[in-house]
Amino acid sequence: MPLNKLFEAKKSNILSVYFTAGFPMLEDTIIIAKHLEDAGADIIEIGIPFSDPIADGPVIQESNNIALANGMTVKKLLAQVVEIRKEVSIPIILMGYINPVLQYGIERFCKEASTAGVNGLILPDMPMDEYQKTFRSLFDKHGLSNTFLISPTTSDARIKRIDDATTSFIYAVSSSSTTGAKSGFADEQLAYFAKLKAMNLKNPFLVGFGISNHQSFSKVCEYGAGAIVGSAFITILKNSKDLKTDIQLFVKSIVQ
Amino acid sequence: MKFEVDEFGYYGQFGGAFIPEMLYPNVEELRENYLNIIYTKSFQEDFHYLLKDYVGRPTPLYFASRLSERYNAKIYLKREDLCHTGAHKINNTIGQILLAKRLGKKKIIAETGAGQHGVATATVCALMGMECMVYMGKHDMERQRPNVERMRILGTKVIPALSGSMTLKDATNEAMRHWINNPTDTHYIIGSVVGPHPYPDIVARFQSVISEEIKKQLIEKEGNPFPDYVIACVGGGSNAAGAFYHYLNDEHVNLIGVEAAGKGIDSGDSAATTALGKPGVLHGSKTILMQTEDGQVVEPYSISAGLDYPGIGPMHAHLFDVGRVQFMSATDDEAMNAGIELSRTEGIIPAIETAHAVAMLGKMEFAKDDVVVINLSGRGDKDLETYIKWGKY
Repeated sequence: MPLNKLFEAKKSNILSVYFTAGFPMLEDTIIIAKHLEDAGADIIEIGIPFSDPIADGPVIQESNNIALANGMTVKKLLAQVVEIRKEVSIPIILMGYINPVLQYGIERFCKEASTAGVNGLILPDMPMDEYQKTFRSLFDKHGLSNTFLISPTTSDARIKRIDDATTSFIYAVSSSSTTGAKSGFADEQLAYFAKLKAMNLKNPFLVGFGISNHQSFSKVCEYGAGAIVGSAFITILKNSKDLKTDIQLFVKSIVQ
Repeated sequence: MKFEVDEFGYYGQFGGAFIPEMLYPNVEELRENYLNIIYTKSFQEDFHYLLKDYVGRPTPLYFASRLSERYNAKIYLKREDLCHTGAHKINNTIGQILLAKRLGKKKIIAETGAGQHGVATATVCALMGMECMVYMGKHDMERQRPNVERMRILGTKVIPALSGSMTLKDATNEAMRHWINNPTDTHYIIGSVVGPHPYPDIVARFQSVISEEIKKQLIEKEGNPFPDYVIACVGGGSNAAGAFYHYLNDEHVNLIGVEAAGKGIDSGDSAATTALGKPGVLHGSKTILMQTEDGQVVEPYSISAGLDYPGIGPMHAHLFDVGRVQFMSATDDEAMNAGIELSRTEGIIPAIETAHAVAMLGKMEFAKDDVVVINLSGRGDKDLETYIKWGKY
């Protein structure tokens, strides 16, 4: 399902779940994606592992290292997405740092990702100007949407520019931080969510970073279209002996 | 100046600012303000006063007569090793702390490899009464113990980087993560000509005092400012950037950058980035990078903690790309031998990083009147343990 269709059909309580490709085991990517759809996730966000993930906290760093040690590559991931698409119909987003994508070749990557059934990309270290200059035409050509991040320190003018350059949704980072579970939101974070809501952006926004349970999920859903959960899910995967059951319990515990 | 950074933060195809949005306001604040601040009269006065009375500049350009005789050329050593704290690194930290103060920042973070930049940062923070945290790879902390203790004596908190190979690359990752988590009151003093624009330009400008002085000193000694060769070691490339800066447009001056070949370029244990790397993005800029086919950054190796970085600054990547700078390399053994040789012929024990530049003397052919300047970027005190372990003296 294209992302836009999802956002037309569902205006709130959207749950996007992030996990690292090739973690905990190389072939788990496929089964985790399938279980996530079965459990009721709305979007699957698959991380392309990178050796130097500077925007990520310890939990996702570790999952990246393990995935790389397992032998995960961009090529293998794209082949796994082909398998996933045989059974999974919800939107799939690939999230990763720009260097592995550059080495694979931007055009080749966009083409093969699109063919495999990827709907969108999040490349946190790709600046907006670079996107407009070099990447946008390729993304557009292959029907891939691009999602930019914004943070509490992003100026209103820049949020508007990002909104203009966006074709699916905006990823609102909840605090000035790297990824990872935190407890509760401070008043200034809530004020920032409220500001975003009041800006009436043309794209919906999902809140990520620090969303780990039903309480934080439902709180941010008062403001945005939904939330992205990452580190908390990685921790579940890391300790899981029964992926199917644990993934179902996890998704239930978030959306309830 | 055609080798300068352009208005978009690029040196040819290299550079830019590939940073997560969380860092955008910090980097943008710097980009908008750095040139205005640096070129105010009061900044220049403070900067030059501290360089003179605190750092001890100008550093001598010393004619190495015994070395000159041996290699049949006129060899000069630019004595950055005589700077306060023992290396050129402090030229940049003095500049950046003055910049941080004018931006109203309260806290300083930095990364360090060999510990020279960490010590230089800890020093200026003590001088200015600012809180300082330095990230250092755990492995580097072990092999550069004295510098860790120097930072602690100066009141800096040294935080071990435990990810990856636990060296400079990982310390840089951790410092960037810290900055993401503390965006408003903290300035990140990057120690080399790496990172997102405008960092490479900021660091190069502060280090450019090296070549500014060499030009003046050569007029005095040789009657003209142009040597035939300037030789400097390159990890990230800050001392080389400083030594080359004012010669970039004087294309008759041969500029030689020396990378660490480690156990040999093809040994699998090397840090010779231009020989082994390809264009890629790390730590916020597009540059030449040692990486796998799949775009994962390769862990570099060198006996010197200051050179085992998998990339080089984007300015150097461009200078390499267009052929303005010739890149060579020295192995661990060649560098160590050169370090001992310089100690015995001139009574100067160089930092092992610097010894890589000295090692080029044995690999190059000079004409008798050639004027050769080696940037003696740091002194060897911090490396005594490595010299002792190596043992061949």
